[in-house]
Amino acid sequence: MTRFEVNGQTVEVAAEATVPLLDVLRNKLDLKGSRYGCGLEQCGSCMVLLDGEPVYACSRELGSVAGRRVTTIEGLSTHPLIAAFLDEQAGQCGYCLSGIVVSAAALLGRNPAPSRTEIVTALDRHLCRCGAHTRILRAVERAALALREGATA
Amino acid sequence: MSETLPLSVVNNRRLDRWISFDADRSVHLAVGKVELGQGIITALSQIAAEELDVALGRVRILSGDTADAPDEGSTTSSQSIEVSGASVRLIAAEVRARVLDRLAQRLNCSPDELSVEDGAFMRAGALTGHDYWNFAHEADLAREADGNAPRKPHTAYRIVGTNAARLDLPAKLTGAAFIHDMARPDMLHARILRQPGRGARLAALDEAAIRRAAGGAFRIVRVGDFVAFVGEDETVVQRAAASGQEHATWENARRFTPDQQEAASLVGQPSIERVVGEPPSPPDAPEVVRATYSRPFVAHAALAPSCALAEYRDGIISVWSHTQGVYPLRQSLANVLGLERERIIVRHAQGAGCYGHNGADDVALDAALIAMQVPDHCIRVQWRREEEFAFEPFSTAMSISLRAALDADGRPADWMAEIWAGTHVSRPSSGGNMLAAEALPTPAPEPKPQDPPEANGGGGTRNAVPLYDIPVKRVLHHLVTRMPVRTSAMRGLGALPNVFAMESFIDELAELAGQDPVAYRLAMMSEPRARRVIETVARLANWSRGPAGTGRGLGMGFSRYKNRAAYAAVVVELDVVEEIKLRRVWCAADAGLVINPDGARNQLEGGIIHAASITLKEQVTLGAEGVTSLDWDSYPILRFSEVPEITTELIAAPEYPSLGMGECTFGPTAAAIGNAVAHGLGTRIRAMPLTRERIMEALLPG
Repeated sequence: MTRFEVNGQTVEVAAEATVPLLDVLRNKLDLKGSRYGCGLEQCGSCMVLLDGEPVYACSRELGSVAGRRVTTIEGLSTHPLIAAFLDEQAGQCGYCLSGIVVSAAALLGRNPAPSRTEIVTALDRHLCRCGAHTRILRAVERAALALREGATA
Repeated sequence: MSETLPLSVVNNRRLDRWISFDADRSVHLAVGKVELGQGIITALSQIAAEELDVALGRVRILSGDTADAPDEGSTTSSQSIEVSGASVRLIAAEVRARVLDRLAQRLNCSPDELSVEDGAFMRAGALTGHDYWNFAHEADLAREADGNAPRKPHTAYRIVGTNAARLDLPAKLTGAAFIHDMARPDMLHARILRQPGRGARLAALDEAAIRRAAGGAFRIVRVGDFVAFVGEDETVVQRAAASGQEHATWENARRFTPDQQEAASLVGQPSIERVVGEPPSPPDAPEVVRATYSRPFVAHAALAPSCALAEYRDGIISVWSHTQGVYPLRQSLANVLGLERERIIVRHAQGAGCYGHNGADDVALDAALIAMQVPDHCIRVQWRREEEFAFEPFSTAMSISLRAALDADGRPADWMAEIWAGTHVSRPSSGGNMLAAEALPTPAPEPKPQDPPEANGGGGTRNAVPLYDIPVKRVLHHLVTRMPVRTSAMRGLGALPNVFAMESFIDELAELAGQDPVAYRLAMMSEPRARRVIETVARLANWSRGPAGTGRGLGMGFSRYKNRAAYAAVVVELDVVEEIKLRRVWCAADAGLVINPDGARNQLEGGIIHAASITLKEQVTLGAEGVTSLDWDSYPILRFSEVPEITTELIAAPEYPSLGMGECTFGPTAAAIGNAVAHGLGTRIRAMPLTRERIMEALLPG
């Protein structure tokens, strides 16, 4: 039994410690927003936050998150990034987006005014096959602005 | 009957097959084209809402369902707006007209006195108390469309032509939205032990070793050389499959040589020849300019592995698939499973971005075969990443040799293209070609090599005929019949390699003539809409070229997709030293009436980035035992740090019919990059991908 926190709720999962966190999230906790793309830490579709830092859920073993705090895309559903991505229509098929939003949320958490280069660097481990990159970059900039304006309002 | 009914209406005449009105004051729109990430369900909903005069939010769309939606074949070739859009427009207009005619009879007035506001019927500006939901049943919508109802003029559009937000995006952004996320009662997960290729026989399988690696319960389903690991725990079956290949001994598996991964290996192979235009000129004709261009095999490389669900209950098999065509897939499944079509239901569920014939149909057969062996369960099959890269159908390598005899002004007077390529379309519906069927005790026969006819835009010949004013145009296409890998449809078919070759060659001819490439093109282009996109992109980019070889390159590419869909011209600015860094891309496109401009721009941008990725980076590689580009390190694609700034301009042309535009930037982008690299380097690279190695070779001749 592994106990950890997901999106603010404590959960206990009966599974081997070596089971990928991604499988646990998707199949045991019904959190399907974290997606399988490669299982190789190469595409970023499975990105989640672990104690606020982006990690690949596909390769992260359940045992290693015991007692720690996991945030998935479902836990970011009210984050200004979501509205910004919709405003920019930043996506085509959308498969890459949840992982990208997770990384972008981590970036904005530590840097409320990232430059374009800093955003690119934060997202560069994510693949988007449809070519929505420029829209995605604009969406992150828009969300950063919204967060800053919200903070000063 | 109107003589110009769109194909989809011809095949699905009944109005109520497309449109009905639900009690919650929504409009049920059923279509056969499916969402592949291109935004089609939003655009089709806009068209229906426009013609019916209802708010867009009232439209609930069902797309791709053999039980409940019309048969529109496959979602391919940028045809969805052209064909399905025209069909939905016609059907919606006719539904509106028939219902209003009926109401006019009831109210004893002329239909001209009636209007519709968000589904409510008005007479002389006043509510009648009637609307679609309480009155549509009075009209006979179970009848066949005649196509005679007038459609709205584009000047009256309020919903078409606006940037309606994608209907499917919110769910995809935040949660379960994909076929991969579906869960059904009694669901079992499955993974496949893939037969290495047609004819390979499984001689031994060390089940005990696989069970040790899996560390949990699962069963092995085997039909001939089709083997699947099936169980309740996805992690366990994934582990089983991951260890499966090393514990399997295959006999009679095909071997490969490294040269087979190159386009040049196709030249001279046995082939079926096709001539387009004038007969081929002799290859040794004197006083001609010649050059050979190529692109290797490339992969769809979808971000998600292929996935399907299937369940066999009470003699009916239900399949969920991200296929491009639910009806064609149903037919293919019927053929392989030996079932009547009536006992198979295929429903579309969305997958990751689809750019053509990928593994969707194959994995659907995988799931169906297992379901037949394990009835009363829902079988969910998901391919592994390396399986996706190894077994999806690739886009064929192509070698294109161009020759031109020039006139006194240095323009081509006689143009000849000689093309070597494998098939660009080997969909299951066009004769076999499903992986698991090759592994069955009685394997499906090998599909007969064929390529789309010119009437469908051709495959290897797609965009091989220049649109320029050239007196004599000749194309000789060699469809290579025996290929090292399975090839089939990918975005644009032969258009990207052909336009890369043609537009590179045009630049080379312009240079020979000592002319600016844009001026050279315009001097031999009389089509006004083509001229307009070229002139527009030149203006956008502030076209002005300095000397070649400075490391900064500017290049242009143009085509009209299939020579009859959307026009696109692209300019690329890049830096090329040892590697290529794309700086800016400008694009002008004319797609006629645009349903959703932002969605259209999204397609232009995506096509530019996808084409840039292919042009700069992508190649399927082969080792002795098969494909070796099995992950994102060995099959790199363009990343955030490599994507240029993109500026697009859609030419306003609503008076023209909509033209398919999802593929229109593909060829022009590849060509513009090739031409910009040639300008920046001062020497030309004619073989894609334009990698660092190729640049170093070009810079260090000999």
